[in-house]
Amino acid sequence: MPRALSDALLAAALTAVLLTPIFGLHIRVDGVNVSLNRTPMPVIVAVVIVFLLRLFQQPLQRLWAKLRAPASWRENALTAALGQTVQQPRYRLALWLLLLAAAMIWPFTASRGAVDVMTLALIYVMLGLGLNIVVGFAGLLVLGYAAFYAVGAYTYAYLAQQYGLSFWWGLPLAGGLAALTGFLLGLPVLRLRGDYLAIVTLGFGEITRLLLNNLNSLTGGPDGIGNIPRPTLFGLEFNRVASEDGTAFHEFFGLDYSGNHGVIFMYLLGLALVLATLFVINRLLRMPLGRAWEALREDETACRSLGLNPTVIKLSALTLSAAFAGFAGAFFAARQGYINPESFTFIESAMVLAIVVLGGMGSQLGVMLAAVAITVLPELAREFNEYRMLAFGLVMVLMMMWRPQGLIPASRPPQKLPEHAEATQ
Amino acid sequence: MSLAAALPAGQPADQPLLAVRNLSMRFGGLLAVDNVAFDVRRGQIFAIIGPNGAGKTTVFNCVGGFYHPTTGSVALDGQAINHLPSHRIARLGLVRTFQNVRLFKTMSVVENLLISQHTQLETRLLPGLFKTPKYRRAEAEALERAAFWLEKVGLLAVANREAGNLAYGQQRQLEIARCMITHPKLLMLDEPAAGLNPQETRDLDRLINELRANHEVAVLLIEHDMSLVMGISDEILVMEYGRPIATGAPAEIRSNPKVIKAYLGEE
Amino acid sequence: MSGFSFLEFLQQIINGLTLGSIYALIAIGYTMVYGIIGMINFAHGEIYMIGAYVGLMVITGLGLFGVHSITAILLVTLAISILVTGSYGWTVERLAYRPLRGSPRLVPLISAIGVSIFLQNYVQIGQGARDVSMQPVLTGGWRFGPEGGFQVYVSYMQVLIAVITVAFMSGLTLFIGRSRMGRACRACSEDRGMANLLGIDTDRVIALTFVLGAALAAVAGVLVSMYYGLVNPFIGFIAGLKAFTAAVLGGIGSIPGAMLGGVVLGLAESFASAYLQTEYKDVVAFALLILVLLVRPTGLLGRPDVEKV
Repeated sequence: MPRALSDALLAAALTAVLLTPIFGLHIRVDGVNVSLNRTPMPVIVAVVIVFLLRLFQQPLQRLWAKLRAPASWRENALTAALGQTVQQPRYRLALWLLLLAAAMIWPFTASRGAVDVMTLALIYVMLGLGLNIVVGFAGLLVLGYAAFYAVGAYTYAYLAQQYGLSFWWGLPLAGGLAALTGFLLGLPVLRLRGDYLAIVTLGFGEITRLLLNNLNSLTGGPDGIGNIPRPTLFGLEFNRVASEDGTAFHEFFGLDYSGNHGVIFMYLLGLALVLATLFVINRLLRMPLGRAWEALREDETACRSLGLNPTVIKLSALTLSAAFAGFAGAFFAARQGYINPESFTFIESAMVLAIVVLGGMGSQLGVMLAAVAITVLPELAREFNEYRMLAFGLVMVLMMMWRPQGLIPASRPPQKLPEHAEATQ
Repeated sequence: MSLAAALPAGQPADQPLLAVRNLSMRFGGLLAVDNVAFDVRRGQIFAIIGPNGAGKTTVFNCVGGFYHPTTGSVALDGQAINHLPSHRIARLGLVRTFQNVRLFKTMSVVENLLISQHTQLETRLLPGLFKTPKYRRAEAEALERAAFWLEKVGLLAVANREAGNLAYGQQRQLEIARCMITHPKLLMLDEPAAGLNPQETRDLDRLINELRANHEVAVLLIEHDMSLVMGISDEILVMEYGRPIATGAPAEIRSNPKVIKAYLGEE
Repeated sequence: MSGFSFLEFLQQIINGLTLGSIYALIAIGYTMVYGIIGMINFAHGEIYMIGAYVGLMVITGLGLFGVHSITAILLVTLAISILVTGSYGWTVERLAYRPLRGSPRLVPLISAIGVSIFLQNYVQIGQGARDVSMQPVLTGGWRFGPEGGFQVYVSYMQVLIAVITVAFMSGLTLFIGRSRMGRACRACSEDRGMANLLGIDTDRVIALTFVLGAALAAVAGVLVSMYYGLVNPFIGFIAGLKAFTAAVLGGIGSIPGAMLGGVVLGLAESFASAYLQTEYKDVVAFALLILVLLVRPTGLLGRPDVEKV
């Protein structure tokens, strides 16, 4: 017991030192008068809690172990059954089709606001899937993903504003330019150890924000770019009144004008882009490139000994990942109608990273669920917003300790030798 | 041995496949390899032996481009390779295994063999996305080659298993197959018999001879198993404390007093 | 720009050295941690930010108690700030990094970025997002140069920053070079596995590295809060990025390299804001980082790392 007591006292003292300057004292500036406000209560509460927890650590741990045993048994049985079902290719396909059907029917039954929020969620799904390529599959940390997103958004916005370019031309150009940016950034950095990429992309994100704010003639500075045209459906516009030589959707089909049409169209377009993203990524995973990403993540030295150039393979992941950010950016610009640098800060990059980490690096279903959860949650609970970033930070740390492979573990479909598949059964 | 017949036309018969000259490697204050020189000829099985810490693996790492030697030169087919990065050297036909097997453990056995064919496959983006006929053919051929080599090393039955779950001896075999599927000119094996049982060692012996006879490959070998080395090698280099102390045929090495002293110690 | 003036140039050198001292102090924390466990400690910039907050609070508090001796203020503030950030350094390592030792490289890296985001928002919740400012403690300085022309200005505070920085760096160099613990640190950065086999408690050495780095970050934080008199929860982000650049510039893993890198970066930024546009001084730092990685990835004083095959 004396050992536990001294440990507990030490932990309590440490807690006091850590918390006092942050929560126990506040600097008040009142004109020229500066004073220190004391708010000892939260610190005292925390110190007492830490002291007690540490003092009774061992009995508590024993109690926890006792409570946990049956629960973990149930959990295992459940996840095992679920895992089995999901692993079966037949059920897997059915599950995906069901999800898709629900996602397509849903907007016609939901409110306009809800559809709009889900469209935003689809953008984050796209971003999450895109970042997942480089973080989850290639195992490289990118901390300035919002910069590629910004390149895409501003490319479309600028081209539309200056040259009247339509969304359907802007989309590939935005993706292409974002990809080029990723390529040029990765070229000097990826020859080196992978973790330099994290800091370089972090810096690049900051520089991009800085340039967006200061290159007024190109980006409109802090005000950004407005009046970005929405996409058309084979030339049909979703406005109340069609432009001079255009046709409006509702006139063409002889419907009454409704704002819902446009909103639902944007949602379905977002869904189509997500499906396209999923298709491309799933092909990639089965291609030599996808195999090489995984091999590289496992053993870079072995890859080199077999003639694979690690720089080229990492660069391909970063370039493709950036391209998807570019597509998402163009779609974002089209949905909003206006953009400014505020949408492309570090917080945005951190949020997409949180999506990837929470969803399980490499797992696409997980990333999609996490993207929807992270976008919809703040809408449901406004108070959550203040603590959102705090929670993201904490989630990243806890996930790394608890399950670095994410809530849903990744599964790249393993390639099989067809005629011998039975031999392993 | 009649090597002249196997030689491609237009190459001087006396040019060695691999020529290592004055090779030294210094790590800080430690001279790990000191002035090593040797030749490996086409179709030859060449072994490097010596006590632990003699610098054998460091020689491998210098030859394969994993280290850049402090001084000296390495040439493959007369072309200097000592400044090339390791993946370029591998593409020139010089591949290796590792002392402690380095497979892609979470990938399947057959995938390990697909990875090593990466440079010969259709790796461009668009053909793969749209599965062009050429792409499909390349992938199918890669699988066939994989099946061929799995058959050869007796791993066909476990083709779809996770590589990390194979028995140790099987992992060693897979690592060799993974090298051979790239059509190398020179195969470097770093202690291939370490951890194998006598039966597996005999299989390894047979496999190495088979590769040399039928697949036009020279073998550079680091090994501690003396019966394997003495039986299989055409020429042996003995190293001690980073320095070469003897080179010659197995019979000469066996009777060399310096070698005996290095292995048995001062009497 | 109207012609080249030697005195203006000299002024930029003085400003650059001041800025560089701060970067160097923070950069040492990055370089030491990287040297021993090969990890970029993203949260280090936040530790510096906390140091700056504590500095501001203690100075304000001492002012309320009527302490006006600059020596007393400096000693008390540094001591308390080092105690707090040292505790943060230790706790972060213990809770967020130690459980992850031996996992793939990406795992501690993500944990570190998580800690960084957490600390930034945690301070923001506790102290508010707005700037907190205070009256300067030490004012005045010397002027040199012709009457009516451009005069070089050296403030007392700039001299103090230089003196304190040199003092702490000498202390660190002595500690690493001479003490038992310092020797253990060097052994761990050479080969952690071997050091462990030789009976060095590597966990303790790693914890010590975090505490030492955090202590120097606190010194930087206190000096910055005295120099600018302004703190907010976001200063750690950019400063951390810059200091990491300084560490890479000097050769990551090398302590003298971090010092040199900090000074070079400080000078580069000072010249950039004088002779180019001020808004682009951050761009200069970043461009420098890319340039170093392109031309000399091992940095000015770093040595090439040989991976073990």
